[in-house]
Amino acid sequence: MLRVEDLHVHYGGIHALKGINFEVPAQKIVTLIGANGAGKSTTLRTICGLVDKSQGSIYYEDKDINDFDTRQRTIGGLVMVPEGRRIFPNLTVYENLKLGAFKRNDTDGIKKDLKWVYELFPRLEERLQQKGGTLSGGEQQMLAVARALMSKPRLLLMDEPSLGLAPLLVQEIFEIIEEINSQGTTILLIEQNAYAALKVADYAYVLETGQIIIEGPGDELLQNDEVKKAYLGG
Amino acid sequence: MSLDIFLQNIVNGLSLGSLYALIAIGYTMVYGILRLINFAHGEIFMLGTYFLYYGVLIFHLPWWLSFIVAIVLTAITGMLTERIAYRPLRKAPKISILISAIGVSFFLQNAGIVIFSGVPKSFARPEIFDKMFILGNTRISSINLASTFISVIFLMALLYVVYETKTGLAMRSISTDMETARLMAVNVDRTISITFAIGSALAAVGGILWALKYPQIFPLMGMIPGLKAFIAAVLGGIGNIVGAMIGGFILGMAEILLVGFMPQLSGYRDAFAFIILILILLFKPDGLMGKNVQEKV
Repeated sequence: MLRVEDLHVHYGGIHALKGINFEVPAQKIVTLIGANGAGKSTTLRTICGLVDKSQGSIYYEDKDINDFDTRQRTIGGLVMVPEGRRIFPNLTVYENLKLGAFKRNDTDGIKKDLKWVYELFPRLEERLQQKGGTLSGGEQQMLAVARALMSKPRLLLMDEPSLGLAPLLVQEIFEIIEEINSQGTTILLIEQNAYAALKVADYAYVLETGQIIIEGPGDELLQNDEVKKAYLGG
Repeated sequence: MSLDIFLQNIVNGLSLGSLYALIAIGYTMVYGILRLINFAHGEIFMLGTYFLYYGVLIFHLPWWLSFIVAIVLTAITGMLTERIAYRPLRKAPKISILISAIGVSFFLQNAGIVIFSGVPKSFARPEIFDKMFILGNTRISSINLASTFISVIFLMALLYVVYETKTGLAMRSISTDMETARLMAVNVDRTISITFAIGSALAAVGGILWALKYPQIFPLMGMIPGLKAFIAAVLGGIGNIVGAMIGGFILGMAEILLVGFMPQLSGYRDAFAFIILILILLFKPDGLMGKNVQEKV
């Protein structure tokens, strides 16, 4: 569904990505793990068109998306849950969700998806008229995911969804990621919480200073000694 | 001051304030989205009056039609300034785009002097605006009533667009977080163009009402009302639309009442507005309705 070939990115003089290759097959959960500054966020932002690549190609549904801007990629179903949630704090929860559905005109479909999102996140439905900025951190993360779902993603890119959440909420978020995936949405997940990410992932890549150093099925990497030592705390 | 004169001053204040409010909207909307003080906004206001003037004088259009044509042309001019002078600088440091705005302002002023000549033109207003309503001992001119009324209609229409439509939602999302708005498939360039169009259209309405009230137009006429409206926008909390409206009304009212209560100070009217600006910047730089958004990270 997504294929990244020899991707290089320069970021203000820094060679942030040094020719990475990876693939996200349809219907799967793929994860990129790695330490801070390894280039995980840069990878996602480049896929969304928020950062310009200096070399390489990105194929989405077998098309080179080089000429499409962020908006067109979103319209095409390539949707991101950005790092740090980035919900709109001065807009209501409902308005945030409506922005997720901004590209759509199918009123009935939007209603149906709102219902689905309320089922996934009942707490959001209780807070529809509240300003996004008044939600707790966990609720904001739920809103960010819900908002992305309103964009009808075919491939959902998630940048550190568990960051800053209490352990119980982290578990909840990963359950929801699996639930979304089981409904047919492909997921590319970026995480520092390597253990949780590897557990849900069908396939995983380990990124270190702009290069992919290890790859393999999620459960295999969980047993990999190198991964264990560097990312799973022994 | 007798009650009658006081009431009359209130009406005058409302009328002037509504014009400031109309112009202040353009500053505050553009600031909200681009963090740019659009110094050319006063010139957009000036162009609105000239478009109307020429529509009536040269093309002999009926008043209502010239009014619409002038608003549309001004809106297009506003969009063009953004397209030509601001958009190419969007990724440049903020100071570049600010200097560009000052450049556009000088350019339009001087182009106005070359094209329209620097000699003030008298703005013949339709007779309906010369009428006086007499309520007891209070005399209210029809132009003051009409300008207040028309302004309020446009301001309400604006609030509807900003808070109830999809375009308005796009504007509000861009003003908070342009990058995330892009991720929501909001068409940022188009929305910014629409913002300039709306701000400029309202400036045209303000300019035309201004010219009907003080029937003389000249290429530099935008400077002082522009600055005053900018003060109104800061007073209300720049970036905040309702704030700009309130700021406009407060400033208009304060100016008129100052002159009403202390006629000997009437020469200091403009200075008074700037004193308000300085006081606001010193004591409440966020303005009356300043941002109170809490951001959680």
